[in-house]
Amino acid sequence: MMTIASSPRQTRAASFADWLEVRLPKLVLAPSVLITLVFVYGFIAWTSILSFTRSKTIPKMEWAGVLQYAKVLGHERWHVAVHNLMIFGVLYVLICMVLGLLIAILLDQRIRHEGTLRAIFLYPMALSFIVTGTAWKWILNPGLGLEKLAHDWGWSSFHFDWIINEQMAIYTIVIAGVWQASGFVMAMFLAGLRGIDQDVIKAASMDGASLPLIYWRIIIPQLKPVFVSALVILTHLAIKSYELVVALTGAGPGYATELPSTFMYAHTFTRNQLGMGAASAVMMLLTVAAIMVPYLYSEVRGPRTSSH
Amino acid sequence: MKKSFLLSAAVALVYSQIGTIQAATDKEVEVVHWWTSGGEATALKVLKDDMQKRGFGWKDSPIAGGGGDQARTVLRARVASGRPPEAMQMLGFNIQDYAEEGLLGNLDSIASKEGWDKVVPAPLSRFSKYNGHWVAAPVNIHRTNWIWANKEIFDKLKLTPPKTFDELVAVADKIRKAGYIPLAHGGQAWQEATIFDSAVLSAGGPKFYKQALIDLDPKALGSKTMEKAFAQMQKLRGMMDPNFSGRDWNVATSMVINGKAAMQIMGDWAKGEFLKAGKKPNVDFLCFQYPQTEGSFTFNSDQFAMFKVGDDQAAGQMQLASAIMDKGFQEKFNIAKGSIPARMDVSGDNFDACGKKSMADLKVALKNGSLLGSFAHGHAMPESVKSAVYDVVTKSFNNLQVTPAQSVQQLVKVVEDSK
Repeated sequence: MMTIASSPRQTRAASFADWLEVRLPKLVLAPSVLITLVFVYGFIAWTSILSFTRSKTIPKMEWAGVLQYAKVLGHERWHVAVHNLMIFGVLYVLICMVLGLLIAILLDQRIRHEGTLRAIFLYPMALSFIVTGTAWKWILNPGLGLEKLAHDWGWSSFHFDWIINEQMAIYTIVIAGVWQASGFVMAMFLAGLRGIDQDVIKAASMDGASLPLIYWRIIIPQLKPVFVSALVILTHLAIKSYELVVALTGAGPGYATELPSTFMYAHTFTRNQLGMGAASAVMMLLTVAAIMVPYLYSEVRGPRTSSH
Repeated sequence: MKKSFLLSAAVALVYSQIGTIQAATDKEVEVVHWWTSGGEATALKVLKDDMQKRGFGWKDSPIAGGGGDQARTVLRARVASGRPPEAMQMLGFNIQDYAEEGLLGNLDSIASKEGWDKVVPAPLSRFSKYNGHWVAAPVNIHRTNWIWANKEIFDKLKLTPPKTFDELVAVADKIRKAGYIPLAHGGQAWQEATIFDSAVLSAGGPKFYKQALIDLDPKALGSKTMEKAFAQMQKLRGMMDPNFSGRDWNVATSMVINGKAAMQIMGDWAKGEFLKAGKKPNVDFLCFQYPQTEGSFTFNSDQFAMFKVGDDQAAGQMQLASAIMDKGFQEKFNIAKGSIPARMDVSGDNFDACGKKSMADLKVALKNGSLLGSFAHGHAMPESVKSAVYDVVTKSFNNLQVTPAQSVQQLVKVVEDSK
């Protein structure tokens, strides 16, 4: 009797468990999918719509065609911003990669206290950009930081005033940005280096290849996926970097260190030009998409192409 | 037993709290502002106490951050979500922007009852009214064409306040030779624009200032006189220390207070810093007008813009407006804040020397038509034009390779583009 009575209950329980097993992942993911849909894609759509309207102080649904885009593209500050982004983006990505790889290779030489050193190099990434920006603002200020220190020590010809020099100020942002991110790139490369088959290296050194040659011809080519990931991460960090500039130079002197992100914020929130702000945001999004979409596409397609 | 007693006590307490909160929201006004520094907060407390006396709660919504950029960001979000505060601290053309969107209420009934039109000068009420209707209550008047100077340095070098720009250059030379920084400055666009207010006024006089910066007449904007103003800016830059980039205005003021620098060109909120440091006007520091702007008065005025609200909130809002325009409040508030009252009929007896001078000059300037809205602080041209001109001014100031003639050309172009 007992067994007969319990068996349908058991199967019912089992079917519920099955049902749950199939649907649980979806249920758990549903809130974040919903949030992403509304707050990422919904707002992207909203911003895109705004960029085609005459909105000034508050959103106004009055069609303006591409007027706001024309205004942004004709704006002297936007040109400065785009030019600065080129300088900053290229130098930031390049220097971070070279420095990160170099430190990773040096750390990979089975040295003592590697853990401690790794933590030291990684640590800047744990700081917020505001902290980095403020600290470097003080370090680079000629009346407070490095230059004053050198003068106080008697090296009175020492001269380092990039942060107050209109032509050079953008490079101080590169310095602070590289300081912050190169440790992180190092960690990526170090993980890549640890994944390389040691036997290949041993075989190469038996064949008489020198260590630089091994790195140049064997190890670095194998790190290609790490290069791609680092490139994608650094590029989008460069395009959206905002806090660093705000804290370090406040887009000054004048507006010499303006970036597209500070341009967007200023027009949207402080200059009562919501439409122009939205248009510049859409242009930034398209730039990021131009880099991310091919990458994501290759990531999704990657396994399939390699399987045959 | 004991436990259940505690529990019921707690429940009772919570209920009574809810009761008071509900009672409070019925008769409460919410005010968004960015007056968070010491002197400003003391000044605002006067208004809070007044409202309590009138039987209304005060819901304080301070949003820190100098020029109010953050506060405006918050306001935009509140307006977009359909629950604006009763009142918000605002400046100049911003009030007009919000009024144009149809978001502000109407204060005409109380304004005509209390006769605001008779006591608020027209160049000021131009910003408190939209299409002839009162939408905001002005609290104070700040003046921007001031120079604040360290008296000890001036006495030691036997200097007197310069009357012409050339004299200013000569004075600066002497100060530089004596080992002080002649002019303290903070390298932020709005501070450079503040100096530009004075430079334009000095180079061309009040009529020119009005034509160029208020009427935006292309002929005046592109004139040789405007070139002179830009040339003055570049000369002023030579009087500063090289490390001014990004410095806050109050840091620059403290350089004058501490005797590192001799002068600062800044609005009279700088006086608050001197007073806070225990300095006295005409004893420890001097206040005088930027050379060749004597008798003219470039102003900006803090106002409380009143948003359109439901009938249940309107009563509190009217009381707030009336409290702001109260004579006694305007006196107490402005003594604490360092500005002067927006009403012309407040006695100046209790103000300090600089305040008295400001009040006397205001009356003269109003008569002569030289009471002019400050460009730097959003009282001369609409926000979008203002920010475009800001760009030209700050560029010319920070890049000495740009000649005054090029800046003037650029000025005419950006004003035309952003109109």
